[in-house]
Amino acid sequence: MDTKELERIANQIRIDIIEMTYEAQSGHPGGSLSAADILTVLYFKEMNVDPDNPRWEDRDRLVMSKGHATPVWYAALAEKGFIPREEIKTFRKINSRLQGHPNMNDTPGVDMTTGSLGQGLSTANGMAIAGKLNNKDYRVYAVLGDGECQEGQIWEAAMSAAHYKLDNLTAILDHNGLQIDGPNKDIMNIEPIEDKWRAFGWHTIRIDGHNIEQIIDAIEEAKTIKGKPTIIIADTIKGKGVSFMENQVGWHGTAPNKEQMEKAIAELKERGERIG
Amino acid sequence: MDKIATRDAYGKTLLELGSQNKDIVVLDADLSKSTKTNEFAKAYPDRFFDMGISEQDMIGTAAGLATCGKIPFASSFAVFATGRAYDQVRDSICYPNLNVKIAATHAGLTVGEDGATHQALEDISLMRGLPNMTVIVPADATSATKLIKLAAEYKGPVYIRLGRPSVPVIYQDTQEFQIGKGIRLKEGRDISIIATGIMVSKAIEAADMLQKEGITAEVIDIHTIKPIDKELIIDTARRTGRVITCEEHNIYGGLGSAVCEVLSENYPARVKRIGVKDTFGESGTPDELLKKYGLTSEEIVKAAREML
Repeated sequence: MDTKELERIANQIRIDIIEMTYEAQSGHPGGSLSAADILTVLYFKEMNVDPDNPRWEDRDRLVMSKGHATPVWYAALAEKGFIPREEIKTFRKINSRLQGHPNMNDTPGVDMTTGSLGQGLSTANGMAIAGKLNNKDYRVYAVLGDGECQEGQIWEAAMSAAHYKLDNLTAILDHNGLQIDGPNKDIMNIEPIEDKWRAFGWHTIRIDGHNIEQIIDAIEEAKTIKGKPTIIIADTIKGKGVSFMENQVGWHGTAPNKEQMEKAIAELKERGERIG
Repeated sequence: MDKIATRDAYGKTLLELGSQNKDIVVLDADLSKSTKTNEFAKAYPDRFFDMGISEQDMIGTAAGLATCGKIPFASSFAVFATGRAYDQVRDSICYPNLNVKIAATHAGLTVGEDGATHQALEDISLMRGLPNMTVIVPADATSATKLIKLAAEYKGPVYIRLGRPSVPVIYQDTQEFQIGKGIRLKEGRDISIIATGIMVSKAIEAADMLQKEGITAEVIDIHTIKPIDKELIIDTARRTGRVITCEEHNIYGGLGSAVCEVLSENYPARVKRIGVKDTFGESGTPDELLKKYGLTSEEIVKAAREML
């Protein structure tokens, strides 16, 4: 799949994110839009998964440690064929398989339950250890938030992954710089974030998290690193793709109203036409 | 009567399970000599993971292993396995209903000299409140061995509460166990003593003492606090009309609460709860602590006399 096609899919995922959060009148558009290009590359270029057999034991696994980014995950899963497209409109509604935060037993393609920040990386480590024990060559991906790196458990897990040399694990940090109460640097500074991960024994790669080619190259590079886990620090823009949402703290966990939804989708459709 | 610590039974049972099933993996948080997982570590180093002093990460890693078909046993002291890692047990294990066994040692006052910070007196309450969780509290080494094996066969989260000191062996090897089914150790007409964990042997002693006064007491071992054996609890209350519960745990949220829930909804009967009375523990020898906090056979006898 070429870059242009991936950009098209990412744009469709962004449209779905807006529609889902609008329909639900709740949810997290900002941190979903920032991760849309990352999820697109994972599902449409890199990960070895089978929508017809979601629990296939040799599959690559994804843990959305920043569990609130369900809109982007469900949109990618729908695009990939894990869940019917029309089902995304049930997001966050009563009796839906698409819970506000992901639950592995509700949604096909969701490999781990998350939601309470800080927990996903440890579980990804467990999957990576199991892969080594079982002599499987699958890879495990964990998508982390930057605010999430304020949780102590992330650093416990960072130590463990390096200690157990989990080179079948790639973490991707969606580094959009914002959290609910404001910019990371004002709320609880996480910098120098790349130095921290390196000091914990990880191979680090820093990229523009909205550049499809850079995302692909980084994921490919991670596969070649032996004896240690890799983290891709993806500099992103919260709300990416919707002008009035970009870099706005307020769009962390707020749904668009009708007018905002229509404006956002019009912008994204225009963007799609520019991609061609 | 032989005395063996339930944690020793755990260490031996793990070895046996490890030889039978290669999917059994063990995690510890820098306490493997105390929790007795060190024997498994020696025998199966590739399947043992010391996570260092990081209980939250240990529980999360166990959850991840379980998603890939492993049967992880995660061990630490009860206070850390349940308290420090509570949110991880809740969201990474119980909500997705993963097949992780949390085998926690050094529960209760009988930790002894380490004092209050290390004496879990609320762990049953914490674990009992989590959907999908099964809570097992063995009374002796024999029941610990059998129940740990049953827990390994059972699919789903299990909390197994184990102790530090040597405790009397109550059961013969031939005794059969079933998760969720209590055991009537002694029949009686006047009063029911429902106990769990190390208090079961105290309950037997108390029943023997009462016998000398002409009072016959039923003794019941509720080794599974959740799911609790409602039938047996209702049945014994019907027979005697008076119930004493005994546990090495806070009187709030543990066995006593669970028994009161069953009886008040099904067969209201008078209940007296013996346990730690909503206070923290302190340093001392296990026996000194049990005496000071009222967890003795004499206290059970006293409570029985008061109720009759």
